[in-house]
Amino acid sequence: MQWLERLDRRWIFVVMGLLVLGPLIKPLYLPLSVTEHVRAFAAAIDRVPNGSTVLMSCDYDPSAIPEMVPMTRTAMRQLLSKDCKIVITVLWNAGPGLVDSVTHETAREFPGKRYGVDWINLGYKSGNEAVMVLMGQGIANAFPRDYSGGDTRSYPIMHRVRDYSSFPLLVNISAGYPGTKEWVQQVQARFHLPMVAGVTAVSAPEFYPYLQSGQLQGLLGGMAGAAEYEKARGEKGTATRGMDAQSLGHVFVALCIILGNVVRRTRPAGGTA
Amino acid sequence: MSLHLSASLGTWLAAALTLCIFSFLYKDNPLYKFAEHLFVGVSAGYYIVLNFWTVIWPNLIVPLGKAAQGLGVDPEHKGPFAAELGDYRAWLVIPGVLGVLLFARLLGRIGWVSRWPLAVIIGVYAGIKTTGFAQGDLVAQVQASLQPILGRTPWETVNAVLFTIGLIASLLFFFFSREHRGALGVASKIGAYFLMIGFGAGYGYTVMSRISLLIGRFQFLLENWLGLR
Repeated sequence: MQWLERLDRRWIFVVMGLLVLGPLIKPLYLPLSVTEHVRAFAAAIDRVPNGSTVLMSCDYDPSAIPEMVPMTRTAMRQLLSKDCKIVITVLWNAGPGLVDSVTHETAREFPGKRYGVDWINLGYKSGNEAVMVLMGQGIANAFPRDYSGGDTRSYPIMHRVRDYSSFPLLVNISAGYPGTKEWVQQVQARFHLPMVAGVTAVSAPEFYPYLQSGQLQGLLGGMAGAAEYEKARGEKGTATRGMDAQSLGHVFVALCIILGNVVRRTRPAGGTA
Repeated sequence: MSLHLSASLGTWLAAALTLCIFSFLYKDNPLYKFAEHLFVGVSAGYYIVLNFWTVIWPNLIVPLGKAAQGLGVDPEHKGPFAAELGDYRAWLVIPGVLGVLLFARLLGRIGWVSRWPLAVIIGVYAGIKTTGFAQGDLVAQVQASLQPILGRTPWETVNAVLFTIGLIASLLFFFFSREHRGALGVASKIGAYFLMIGFGAGYGYTVMSRISLLIGRFQFLLENWLGLR
C-alpha cells in the first residue's frame, strides 16, 4: 500500500474528472429519494392559496449557477403553475442579470404569463439587511424602479403589494451573505413571514437549526436538494442530470479518505509521509 | 448522440478560458496565468462599473438630480427637501458627503475624518444585526432547544434524547473554567464526538458544493459548447 503515498495527485484529478464526466455523457440513472425537508419545501409552496403574490429573493451570482439556477427554475414553475404572482428581488450586485435571464426563460414556458402582471424582477438594491428592514416599510419604497428601469408602482402586479404583509410566503434562494440567515433574522423573526429556502451545499448545515425550530418550513441543500425538488415536481433538469456524477464523485472522495487512513495506519514505525 | 458545436463567440471564449483554468490541474503554466489575470482584471473593472450603475447612480445621483428640480418619487410633493419615507431628495447629500469622507484616509493628515462615516456604518449595522440576532437566533433557538424528551413515537423520543445529550455535551465541551476530568471530561468527550459528526456532515456538504461546480463547468462544456445531445 505504500506506493499510494508516492502517488502523483494528478491521477486523483484524472479519476475524479472521468467519474464526473462519464455519467454526464452516459447517465447511470442511480436511484434518488426525496427527503422530508425537500418535500416540506414543495408542500409549503403548495399550501399558498392559488393566485396569491409571493416574494422570491434570488441572492446569488454566476458562481453558484449549478446549485441555485435549478432551484429558481423549479420554484418559479411551481408558483406560476398555481397562478401565483411573483415579486423577485436580488441582494447580490452581480446577480440581477443572471436572475433576469433565468426568470424570463422560465416564464416563457407559460405563454399566458406577462411581465409586470404575473411576475416582476425588482433587481438589485445595495444595503443587505438594511434593505430587508426597509422593505418592511414598503416594497416600492425600497425598490422604486424595477430591473429594466420602469416605475415599480406603475406595474399591475405591484398594485396589491404593500409590504411583507402582502405575501403569504417568502422563497429565498441564496448562495451566502446576504441570504437565508439574514432573511430569517430580519424578516421571518420580525415580520413573522413564513419562509422556505434553497441554499448552497457548503452553507446547508448552518440552516438545519432553523428547520428544526420551524423558522424555515422547507430547505433545499445544494445540487442534491435541487435534484430532489425536481424529482418531487416530476421534472428532469440540470440538477437531476448532475446527480449521477455527484454520487460517483462522493464515493471516490470517501474511498480516498479510507485509503489515506489505511496507508497512514499501515505506515512502518518511524516512517514519514 | 451527436455534436452541435456552438456558433457563439462568447461560448467559445468561455470554453477556452475554462480549459485554461483546468490546465492548472496538470501544473502551473502561462495559459492558466493568463486566464487568472484576465479574471482578476475584468472582475475588478466589472464590479467598479456595476457598483457605480447599480448603487451610486440610482440611489444618489438620479434622486439628487431630481431633487435639484424640486421633484422626487412622489410627483404630488414638490420641493427639494419635501422628503418622506423612501423619498429622501436633497437630504441624500448627507450620506453622499459621508461616502466621500471615507476616501479621506488616502489624504494622510486628515485621514481621521474617515472614521465618522465608518462610525455611522458600524452603528447602524450593529443595531440591525443585534436585534436580528436576538430575535431570529437567540430567542428562537433557545425556545426550539427546550423540547419534550418523550415524543409521540419511539423514534421521536430517541431523536429528542439524542438531541438533548448532544446539546448539553457540546455546550460542556466549550466550558473551560474547570479542567476536563471526571464527569466533565466524559461529557466533553461525548460533546467532541457530536461536534466531529457535525464537522463530517459539513465536510460532506462542502465536497458536494465543489463537485457541483465541476459538474456545472462540464455541463457547460458538453451542452453549451459542444452541443452534445
